[in-house]
Amino acid sequence: MTREQIRKIEGVAALSLSTLAALLGLFWLVFILGDVLVHGIKALNLGLFVNDPSPPGVAGGGLRNAFVGQLLITLSATLIGVPVGVLGGTFLAEYAHGRKIARLISILADIMVSVPSIVIGTFIYAVLVKPSGHFSGWAGAVALSIIMIPVVLRTTENMLSLVPWTVREAAFALGAPYYKVITQVVYRGAATGILTGILLSIARVAGETAPLLFTSFNNSFFSLNMNQPVSSLTVAIFQYAMGPYDDWHAQAWAAAFVITVFILMLTIMGRLIIKWRYR
Amino acid sequence: MSGNPEIEVKDLNFYYSGDVHALKKINLSIQKNLVTSLIGPSGCGKTTLLRCFNRMHDLYPKNRYEGEILFQGNNILYPDTDLIKLRSRIGMVFQKPTPFPMSIFDNIAYGLKLQGIKKTGDLSEKVEKALKNAALWEEVKDKLSASAYDLSGGQQQRLVIARALAVNPEVLLFDEPTSALDPKSTAKIEELAETLKKEITIIIVTHNMQQAARISDWTGFLMLGELIEFDRTDRIFTAPSEKLTEDYVTGRFG
Repeated sequence: MTREQIRKIEGVAALSLSTLAALLGLFWLVFILGDVLVHGIKALNLGLFVNDPSPPGVAGGGLRNAFVGQLLITLSATLIGVPVGVLGGTFLAEYAHGRKIARLISILADIMVSVPSIVIGTFIYAVLVKPSGHFSGWAGAVALSIIMIPVVLRTTENMLSLVPWTVREAAFALGAPYYKVITQVVYRGAATGILTGILLSIARVAGETAPLLFTSFNNSFFSLNMNQPVSSLTVAIFQYAMGPYDDWHAQAWAAAFVITVFILMLTIMGRLIIKWRYR
Repeated sequence: MSGNPEIEVKDLNFYYSGDVHALKKINLSIQKNLVTSLIGPSGCGKTTLLRCFNRMHDLYPKNRYEGEILFQGNNILYPDTDLIKLRSRIGMVFQKPTPFPMSIFDNIAYGLKLQGIKKTGDLSEKVEKALKNAALWEEVKDKLSASAYDLSGGQQQRLVIARALAVNPEVLLFDEPTSALDPKSTAKIEELAETLKKEITIIIVTHNMQQAARISDWTGFLMLGELIEFDRTDRIFTAPSEKLTEDYVTGRFG
């Protein structure tokens, strides 16, 4: 065989292997999404959104408490996590630029991104739930925000670093103090990237279950009190899917469908922003 | 030296962090309302010298100046110099265009807003004047709210000049302002320098010796951090007193 023929065979082999791997991944993805879609749409009805759960075994009822609880927890987590993440990323990219401490925090944040979320759940259980003596919505929000912070922090840091130094120097050369250079010029340049990172981090935590099991737990009743256990979609799915009633299973499918669509929309929004910015 | 010095540099030494001795005992004076160019091979310290005039080096830690730079008689190297004020009096234009990620209007208004000018009427008037001074008004007057990124490279560079002019600086520093531009845009910027010197003093760093010869009245030739020769431009290019200068301007090295 000539060298060219060997290379050709190698090329074909590499191509087929990677195509096969991609197809395998895609198959399960489509399978899962299709399943959620088929079962979810079937079980979807208005009652799901406006009714609270009926007693176990009694037909009907909905998941209004879980929808509202999910929004409440996610929103609170965003309000806690985004400012901390953005300001932390700003510190790393601007004030600690090039220093050892910045490298260290970046590496720690990268490790934090891959820490299993259940570890964060148990951590919050130990520091918030246990001392206060009960599960609470706040504990859930804090757990989710801790998952968000490293993602937002690293995105912010990276996006700020992409803004050329000469642009900062140009602002300094006009007599701008540093905080104005950051807030008025650098943030503007990095805004879309940071916003995308925030959206994707919300999408990430919106699908978390494990940390909520240890923190906000669950609540069969409608509640807006974040000091008390608050129901969430993901935990409701967990409970209902494991439960003995067909009714519950259907509602779990519907909830899974809704949360999947929600996360999909956040992700698409993030992509659209990137596209719109770099068109 | 005779004339009317706007800036006088006396025994200036400059060290980058780690004691890299980048400028060695520089002495020169910049004449008011004239164009002074700084030439020399890469790494000779011309940009370093330029960035001393608005204390740009202060942005990075451990840089150190020695000696004096007198701007209208006051030493700007004093630690208690108000850098924000200094930089609004001595503007700077960089090698690559540096438009801010905002509209054309907001780019020009940025420096004005920093100075506390907030009234829309005042801003519009000053923005228009600055754009006219930078010979950009005719091209952008109908799209002031468009993003500055939509402009061409040459237009962006004039936008940046307009932004620097808007705050009425007394001196404008140009750091190789045309090296990223096509010949036509370059010609426009050079014309601009000719017009602008009626109002302000210009110091320009350039790689392009023809450019220095075309637009400047005085030229300084630097090498390895030393000012080899500083004289009227025609003398530097026709009858330099130093052998090194002659070798450089005739293209024997560099």
